[in-house]
Amino acid sequence: MRIVAEHLSYTYNARSPFETAALKDVTLTIEEGEFFGIIGHTGSGKSTFVQHLNGLLRLPSSMKKYRPKKPKKGEVLPPPVVLRVGEFDLTDKKTDFRALRKKVGMVFQYPEYQLFADTVRDDVAFGLKNFSDTKLTAEETDAAVCAALEAVGLDFSELKDKSPFELSGGQKRRVAIAGVIVTRPEVLVLDEPAAGLDPLGKQEVMELLHRLHKSWCKTVIIVSHDMDEISENCTRAAVFADGSVKAVLSPRELFCRTEELLALGLDIPLTARLCALLAREGVAVDCDFTTEDFCRAVLALFGNKRGERT
Amino acid sequence: MGKHRASARSARQFAFVLGEISVLNAIEFADVSFRYEEGAPFAVRHLNFSVAEGEFVAVLGHNGSGKSTLARLANGLLTPDEGTIFAFGVQLGEKNLYDVRRNVGVVFQNPDNQTVATIVEDDVAFGAENVGLPREEIGRRIDFALKAVGMEPYRTATVARLSGGQKQRIAIAGVLALKPKAIILDESTAMLDPRGRREIVDVVSRLNREEGITVVLITHFMEEALLAGRAVVMNRGEVVMQGTPREIFGRREELLTYNLALPRIGVICEKLRAGGMDIGDTLDAATLAKEIAACVS
Amino acid sequence: MKDVSFGQFYPVDSFVHRLDPRLKIVFLIAYIVAIFLASNFYGLAACAAVLVLIVVCARIPVGKVLRAVRGVTFLVLFTAALNVLFYGGETVYWQWGIFCVTFEGIIFSVFLALRLVLLVVCSSMLTYTTTPVSLTDGVESLLTPLKWIRLPVHELALVMSIALRFIPILMDETARIKNAQMARGADFERGGLVKKVKATIPILVPLLLSAFRRADELGDAMDARCYTGGKHRTKYKKLRFTWRDLVALLTGAALITGVVLMKVYLGVPY
Repeated sequence: MRIVAEHLSYTYNARSPFETAALKDVTLTIEEGEFFGIIGHTGSGKSTFVQHLNGLLRLPSSMKKYRPKKPKKGEVLPPPVVLRVGEFDLTDKKTDFRALRKKVGMVFQYPEYQLFADTVRDDVAFGLKNFSDTKLTAEETDAAVCAALEAVGLDFSELKDKSPFELSGGQKRRVAIAGVIVTRPEVLVLDEPAAGLDPLGKQEVMELLHRLHKSWCKTVIIVSHDMDEISENCTRAAVFADGSVKAVLSPRELFCRTEELLALGLDIPLTARLCALLAREGVAVDCDFTTEDFCRAVLALFGNKRGERT
Repeated sequence: MGKHRASARSARQFAFVLGEISVLNAIEFADVSFRYEEGAPFAVRHLNFSVAEGEFVAVLGHNGSGKSTLARLANGLLTPDEGTIFAFGVQLGEKNLYDVRRNVGVVFQNPDNQTVATIVEDDVAFGAENVGLPREEIGRRIDFALKAVGMEPYRTATVARLSGGQKQRIAIAGVLALKPKAIILDESTAMLDPRGRREIVDVVSRLNREEGITVVLITHFMEEALLAGRAVVMNRGEVVMQGTPREIFGRREELLTYNLALPRIGVICEKLRAGGMDIGDTLDAATLAKEIAACVS
Repeated sequence: MKDVSFGQFYPVDSFVHRLDPRLKIVFLIAYIVAIFLASNFYGLAACAAVLVLIVVCARIPVGKVLRAVRGVTFLVLFTAALNVLFYGGETVYWQWGIFCVTFEGIIFSVFLALRLVLLVVCSSMLTYTTTPVSLTDGVESLLTPLKWIRLPVHELALVMSIALRFIPILMDETARIKNAQMARGADFERGGLVKKVKATIPILVPLLLSAFRRADELGDAMDARCYTGGKHRTKYKKLRFTWRDLVALLTGAALITGVVLMKVYLGVPY
């Protein structure tokens, strides 16, 4: 599913003295199949944007209704607001938001704190039951839960009857993710999926997301503070600041713009920092800022140098 | 209360008189074991571990390695099943917890669950009020503590409006207001973004340098151990590695067996070295850049 | 969190902010008494004038004051409507069955609505100008005599201030959990009462667990900072009675006297 947002704005407490603009004229397209990153500080509008994608925040009633068909003479209409996720038009009040939510899975920050059921099986099946139109048989449920748990690298037969609260931190997070992907969403959105985990846990979650991206959900969108996470994993990333999108670029293009990122109060990944430091020493390294590619580029330079010497 | 303080002093004098211990240990664990429930595996087992006064020690370990239990034991929030714990020469017992806690402060993980008051200065004052300091002294302590963590401009701010890193700095200030001789940070950086993490590590390493406060930084991020004088790796409730951070990071294979991932910079060093470049075990970007530049130009 | 008006301290430095919280609490009680003693528009006008004075002295923006009123708009309109329709009286404008709109009814409902608005604004002025800590300090100090009957006054005050501190956090958390479960297809609007109650379990369980976890951690953090209860404890912010408080006290006394005099000499609202 392709996600298209054009001129999207959102204001909390609209039409009151307390209104605060959380999104200002956001235009952004996320193609199907991307591993997309969303970068920004708390309050930059990134969470507000993400919550639009499955209709948790809705555009103020029907945007279309307020638009006159024909502008009066001399009047310039503001550009139309567009928000489409695949075939769903989110500016239309009649959109089936339940069907949309089934297609767009959303994993919030620290998702393990949303577990509630007595057993892992029941918790994972929660979304499945909510979204199915007919009553599922126990076998059908088990099959789906089993597939979801295996997709996140957990063993169904070992965990199904355990309480989710007995598990370790990393396991809990996987169970929570399984509870979202169990309905096989096409788009999976995750807010800080690795927050609070130890480095190995972080690494495992990111590997898990790549596995899901290949085999389970077509599009993966992560919201993250950690620039290393973005540079290492994403195909493209959008930078949010003050409610608007400052840039939508691939990591290769984005992290060349070190100064601008720092000016926005954002960090830069280690590889970009090293490239900047090396540039000061007169060494230009051309890479896409993944660890892999950075090392390749440096070793290539090293190889050239050695070639010259001999 | 006064009596315990006196006994603390005499214990210290005793240590010096004997001349056996040249520097007094801030925290000392002697053969300590602890488990949360009967029958459960030991969270800490036969642990011997000490931190000298004025030292900056980083304790590393994956989740569940027992490093957080260590912090709670050192502060008397948990009582060991076996063994004894000394804080500045005083053996921890039920009666002197109050005095031990004045000397050994703990900062915890979640920035939202440590502040008692809504306003920054009221929260920083909390500990100093608890020990019954006079008003003027509390005011001075707040000045000192907020300055030490670089948060003076936020004295009358609302805690809820601060960033995660700022909230944790306030939590440190709240502990500093008790003028402790040692501070333990129990995964205080785990919930912060990279910038917040750096803020905290900078603050505690400065406190160690300038105020001479003993710091025990419990973390699972190796980068943070960089500024420490000594790094300790824990696994299954035992200390399994000790040394300077550089020594520890040099033993990569061993670290991996304890479920500790190498930081990204370590991975880069290793890959470049594997490609034949002359690169050391640095964790500092500037140093690494210089070494690379020397190799390729 | 952004929408919780209650307990929201507005951090500026002003005459009212600096008043002794005990005095502010007593003043609020006196003010409420004055509002209810006032039996005519002159009395209410006097109350309103004092309130305007307070708002100006407290340097609270009008938007903030309106925000407090917004919360009770429905209540005010509802009671006003009831009064207009049912109050009765002599000068009848319109009548249909048991409904009867009269001059007296309209006057009375306007009077009552004003009372309610004044009450709400004045109460919110207390929370806007007083930090929860000094508010609880004030309550604690005012309740001190109750220590004689072995009431744990310090503990009660501490519980109150911690509750004030954690309510916004827990409200945020509720919203977050609700969103997360809605993203998993939970529906909190459809179905009968039983179904609706059942639907709250996926919110309540995580919320309670989180509250317990927070309480546990906060308890540890307080222990680690040498908390041992109210004994031997000192206070950084000592409550002190100053000239400002005297001015405020006199204003309050003058208001009540004025209202009572107006009640006696000027009579009914119209």
